[in-house]
Amino acid sequence: MSEQSVMERDHQHSQADSDVLLEVKNLKKYFPVTAGFFKRKVGDVKAVDNVSLTLKKGETFGLVGESGCGKSTTGRTILRLTNATDGQIIFDGQDITRLRGSRLRKFRQNFQMVFQDPYASLNTKMMVGHIVDEPLRNFTDKSSKQLKSQIKELLVRVGLRDTDYYKYPHEFSGGQRQRIGIARALAVNPKLIIADEPVSALDVSIQSQVLNLLKDLQEEFNLTYLFIAHDLSVVKHMSDRIGVMYLGHLVEVGSNEAIYKEPLHPYTQALTSAIPEPDPTKKKERIILEGDVPNPQNPPSGCVFHTRCPVAMPKCKEIVPQLREVRPNHEVACLLYDED
Amino acid sequence: MSQQEKDLLQVKNLKTGFYIEGELHHAVADVSFEVKPKEVVCIVGESGCGKSVMSLSIMQLLPELISKISDGQIFFEGEDLVQKNDREMNKIRGKEIGMIFQEPMTALNPVFTIGYQLQEVLFNHTTMSKKEARERSIELMKEVGISRPEKIIDEYPHQLSGGMRQRVMIAMAIALHPKLLIADEPTTALDVTVQAQILELLKDIQDKEDMAIMLITHDLGVVAEVADKVVVMYAGQVVEDAEVNELFANPKHPYTTSLLGSIPKMDQEQDRLNTIGGIVPSLENMPHVGCRFADRCPMAFEDCKKVTPQLASVNGQHQARCLLNKECYPADHPEHKEAISQ
Repeated sequence: MSEQSVMERDHQHSQADSDVLLEVKNLKKYFPVTAGFFKRKVGDVKAVDNVSLTLKKGETFGLVGESGCGKSTTGRTILRLTNATDGQIIFDGQDITRLRGSRLRKFRQNFQMVFQDPYASLNTKMMVGHIVDEPLRNFTDKSSKQLKSQIKELLVRVGLRDTDYYKYPHEFSGGQRQRIGIARALAVNPKLIIADEPVSALDVSIQSQVLNLLKDLQEEFNLTYLFIAHDLSVVKHMSDRIGVMYLGHLVEVGSNEAIYKEPLHPYTQALTSAIPEPDPTKKKERIILEGDVPNPQNPPSGCVFHTRCPVAMPKCKEIVPQLREVRPNHEVACLLYDED
Repeated sequence: MSQQEKDLLQVKNLKTGFYIEGELHHAVADVSFEVKPKEVVCIVGESGCGKSVMSLSIMQLLPELISKISDGQIFFEGEDLVQKNDREMNKIRGKEIGMIFQEPMTALNPVFTIGYQLQEVLFNHTTMSKKEARERSIELMKEVGISRPEKIIDEYPHQLSGGMRQRVMIAMAIALHPKLLIADEPTTALDVTVQAQILELLKDIQDKEDMAIMLITHDLGVVAEVADKVVVMYAGQVVEDAEVNELFANPKHPYTTSLLGSIPKMDQEQDRLNTIGGIVPSLENMPHVGCRFADRCPMAFEDCKKVTPQLASVNGQHQARCLLNKECYPADHPEHKEAISQ
């Protein structure tokens, strides 16, 4: 590499660093498994194992994977809803992995979450207005009156009526409830929103309304999203970059274009080929994976995917592949792409 | 041979209602369609459109106290199922018509072994001995791709994964070679890679057993994958009924068009998705006159609120229920007569 291009790359690097909002380094979250009367620890469920990712300001990072792959746990650990076992979470230049007490509480206005189930994530006994302003009350010294008008404005912004302030969650449909959940997340003016399967409980026609709303809000408030979903077509529609998870590991990271058009990891290839496309004239070549996802308490040795991988090699059982950049901005953790 | 005998299943003007505060409200209001032998028919619609109630009506599985089939006929091989009593229905359920339910986690009884539940259907409909039934169960489990069936037969449902449980459900449903398999959202609770496995399995079995499948789903991707014919339902009515390629290429009802537009496509860059404003009217607030989709329809015009559209053929086998097609005006309306005379 010539000296100039090295300098160029370094320059790009330092510039890139300044727009990084969130950096996750080797994040691990193990849940202990206990047995017997004395609750002896007999093992770990490695829900998240060595996940590293960066989110730039204003981008949407999509996290896909099947149930049990650890995508939700990753989101929750980043938000410090559970404590990481190991690793670092750096938010806007500040390490928040070990933040505690009032400092953590104060920091929480920077990141908020939109939950999956709009029927379970709203308190049925609270008025919508109070559901939405509850997070804000922790961080503001505005008077109740000011708060009320601010919340009403917000409700209108997410596509509800200002009179909905006085209603209760049971009076709303699924899509409207999800709008309430989004308003609640927006109330404190966060920088990062983690949306954990925000549309999977909704019908397609309602799903598209909520997706459009999320996109509009992102532009308006300059939000950064970590978008967690199992539906690859939804993730692809929403995201700038996509990370694919399997059994607690991040196996591939790339631009949404790259992940869809030229997936490198055999798991991503199977995942993209398995999505039924709404076009009967197109008959795709399908890669059907054998069997089920292994038990995360007892994950396979080496590459965790080797038990279901159609192109597994003998060495896959022994070597744990690391995430490496094999094409520009396209990282994959697979031994197929190791030169040596 | 009459039409009723040629079709395996013919649902004619079916109306099923639930009692809400003493009044009958129709969750299924005027549904008609046919399933031919060996055909895969997909019923599509959003939650609350009546697709599950319709399938439960066919199987006569709705609780009598709170619901009623108030009108219409369901012909299965020429016989009207609505007229049959429980004993006669028991001979048809499981043997002639098999059913797979949506939630493989709850459709199996947690306190009985897989083998017990599989053999139950065999004991009820045949005179097999215990040994024969056990052998047949193992054979069935092999057929649906369960590895180690000799071991799994003595296990309990909680020991299996979702995909495995759905395979057991399928094995149960096809145990007696039914002519029709009703699958109510069989893959909704499953992951995509497992969904692909199950769809593949259903296609294989349909091929081998020569049975017809009525697949109820909300996922248009699945429809494009497996269907021969598609029936689109909205608010308890059939709004469109067409062969699969025709429906995707040439939808005649604005609801179908909007539905197709609101799914993110994998191979296209779209900035915004098409949306359908508003929500489905609730059972109590269903409009009595006019089109049920009118309030949400981007193409609605004056007549939509005044004239109730009829399901009519718009292009050969392609049927729709929308006033944009003049054929769908009621027979005594001047617009209809005009369309006929042309």
